[in-house]
Amino acid sequence: MTELQFGEPWFGIPWLDAILRILVVVGVMTFTVIYLTYGERKVVARFQMRLGPMRTGPYGIFQGIADAVKLLVKEDIRPRAADRWVFEFAPYATFIPVFLVLIVLPFARDWGVRNLTLGLFYVFAILGLNIVGILMAGLGSGNKYALLGGVRAAAQMISYEIPLVVSLLAVAMVAGTLDLNAIALNQADRPYVLLQPLAFVIFFTAMLSELHRAPFDIPVAESEIVGGYFVEYSGIRWSMFQLAEYASLWAFSIFGSVVFLGGWAFPKGDDWPWPWQLFLTFVKSLGFILVVMWVRATMPRLRIDQLMNFCWKVLIEVSFALLIVNGIFLYYDWPHELLALVNWAGAIALLGFIGARGARKARVSQYVGLYRREGVTAP
Amino acid sequence: MTIWPEEAIVRRHGETEFEFDTVDMTVNVGPQHPATHGVFRMLLTVDGEVVVDCEPYIGYLHRGLEKLTENADYRQAMGWWDRTDYLAGLNCEGAWCMAVEKLAGIEVPERAEYIRVIMMELSRINSHFMFFGAFGADVGSFGTSFTYAWRERERIYDLFEEVAGDRMFPTYFRIGGVTMDLPENFEARCRWLLGSIRQGLEDLDGLLTGNEVFVERCRGLSPVTPEQAINWGLTGPLLRATGIPWDIRKVEPYSIYDRLKFEIPVGTQGDVFDRWMVRLAEAYQSTKIIEQCLDEMPKKGLVLNPNLPKTLRIDSGEVYFRTEGTKGEYSVYLMARGGNKPYRAKLRSPSFCNLSALREMVIGNYVADAIIILGSLDIVLGEVDK
Repeated sequence: MTELQFGEPWFGIPWLDAILRILVVVGVMTFTVIYLTYGERKVVARFQMRLGPMRTGPYGIFQGIADAVKLLVKEDIRPRAADRWVFEFAPYATFIPVFLVLIVLPFARDWGVRNLTLGLFYVFAILGLNIVGILMAGLGSGNKYALLGGVRAAAQMISYEIPLVVSLLAVAMVAGTLDLNAIALNQADRPYVLLQPLAFVIFFTAMLSELHRAPFDIPVAESEIVGGYFVEYSGIRWSMFQLAEYASLWAFSIFGSVVFLGGWAFPKGDDWPWPWQLFLTFVKSLGFILVVMWVRATMPRLRIDQLMNFCWKVLIEVSFALLIVNGIFLYYDWPHELLALVNWAGAIALLGFIGARGARKARVSQYVGLYRREGVTAP
Repeated sequence: MTIWPEEAIVRRHGETEFEFDTVDMTVNVGPQHPATHGVFRMLLTVDGEVVVDCEPYIGYLHRGLEKLTENADYRQAMGWWDRTDYLAGLNCEGAWCMAVEKLAGIEVPERAEYIRVIMMELSRINSHFMFFGAFGADVGSFGTSFTYAWRERERIYDLFEEVAGDRMFPTYFRIGGVTMDLPENFEARCRWLLGSIRQGLEDLDGLLTGNEVFVERCRGLSPVTPEQAINWGLTGPLLRATGIPWDIRKVEPYSIYDRLKFEIPVGTQGDVFDRWMVRLAEAYQSTKIIEQCLDEMPKKGLVLNPNLPKTLRIDSGEVYFRTEGTKGEYSVYLMARGGNKPYRAKLRSPSFCNLSALREMVIGNYVADAIIILGSLDIVLGEVDK
């Protein structure tokens, strides 16, 4: 078994090696999350013609740390109507799965906590647990907004998990392995986004939904249910939810960049030393995160039925069709170039379908002078 | 021993069909809620995600405007009227001034009329920008539309500050004219501002009108037929969105609106999307009106009637003065029985009448849609609660 692919254990002791690596990953994750919150505020502020945080340190770079300190010392309130144990354990149940995902992600060829031969499968399994904490928070808070948010989140995440998993399976079929490090290594000369663009589009859409990001942010809809499932949380427990949200954004970005963009391996990752590999991983994941923020800053929110329709009537069909096409191509051993061509056609067709529905339906000038043209008169 | 839900039902209700009883849930939206645009509360009864009943509660901002007005001098009362539609204070004080002028038969110098129209139309644009921003936030664009709209609002307020010394409640009009003449560079600044406003409108149009999600959310949502609109007493952009070209500035012109050329934008469906588009088109028309005023207005002249009495006393009479406010028909009823105070003052506030149709529009839609229908009514609570 290749239980330990990431080089020799540190100090020759496997358990000490595991603990040290976990500590490093947790440290990096905490730092990243703090700066992701700052980064999101800055990026979105730029989209909105604002400056964002500017006061705490030069360009507000200490804002994330100040926020973290503030959240740690705030009072932790538990509403009387809340179900005590469910309410208090919900943040952990949300956070732990995200953390568990980080264990298998390869940051560089020799750098991760542990590499599993079934890494991709492990990620699917663990991500499914995420919903438990959110549902716990929604039901345990004793708040109707939280209940609505929790139930919305449950419906949404269960639905979007299917296209997410199926699109990743399509890639796994092409790669011929479920080992994340091997998938990255396979892309040393061309990333899978070129071979499987349709899978990438489906993955990215479903990822936005799993992360509760706009335009799929209905479980936390600020203007409708005022934050959804974490509306009753405060202080450290609220920050656990935030931590989980940003950590999962980060984890998903690294995961997506490993599976589709070549992770640490493309370009030249296999030839050049580990700093280059780490750099590639971080640049690609930050690119992912930037696109997510960009979408958030510009897209309105879908309604629950439209969200479900899009998943069940479009994404699932397309992803299963993709799976079947991939299977046929691989079974008969037809060339990969042809498969890529079919995939590109599919991706363009899907985006075109969405784009055609979103085409501008009306212009302001149509509304002026309408009553003259159609002969409407004042009553 | 584990009790399964079916078993629990049997124990409670005896052997019946296995059907879960569902209970409608009441969700209290407001008075502190990001989507109620002020202190408005609605009690939604929801069946899952679908609204089955909606009970609006108003009055959190009631200040007794009419009673206060009856106890104040005609001139003093104006400050209260600013604070009804606080997004377009000048339209409200304009309505008040014009009503009193009509009642007392006071002439207004021509230059003052032009200044008033410019300021009122700027206020209208300002109020519409507030709608664009807040409505975008309701639909969920995370404040981007808000900041887009805020840029122009800030510039309009800057101009107000230069003209009148205050931003939100300028109290710039007087019975018989306006307080003071425009500053020197007003025309140049105003023309620059108009360009900026058009740019802002284009930005908002590009951000939301062409957006797939926005179109999906708003098109065909809560369509209102012209008959319904008239029966419910809707006015303003809500009425025009149904296809009825009813604008007091055209059908019963006041001030100098009969000299100006502008169109009444109307929709066809009366749905939320049409309300959005009609308001966009209206803002463009307002910029046109301001441009005409800048071209045509006398460059010099009095801005306040010099023959005003020291204390305005009106013997007797009554007047009902209709204006096109930003939200609809903003009308003032005044009754005088001698003295320097009105005997009775009454405000027909458009937001209040439009809001009364909320229940009919909301029932049967999703919770998320209830929020944006409320947003599309564009209420301002100072005007609803008076």
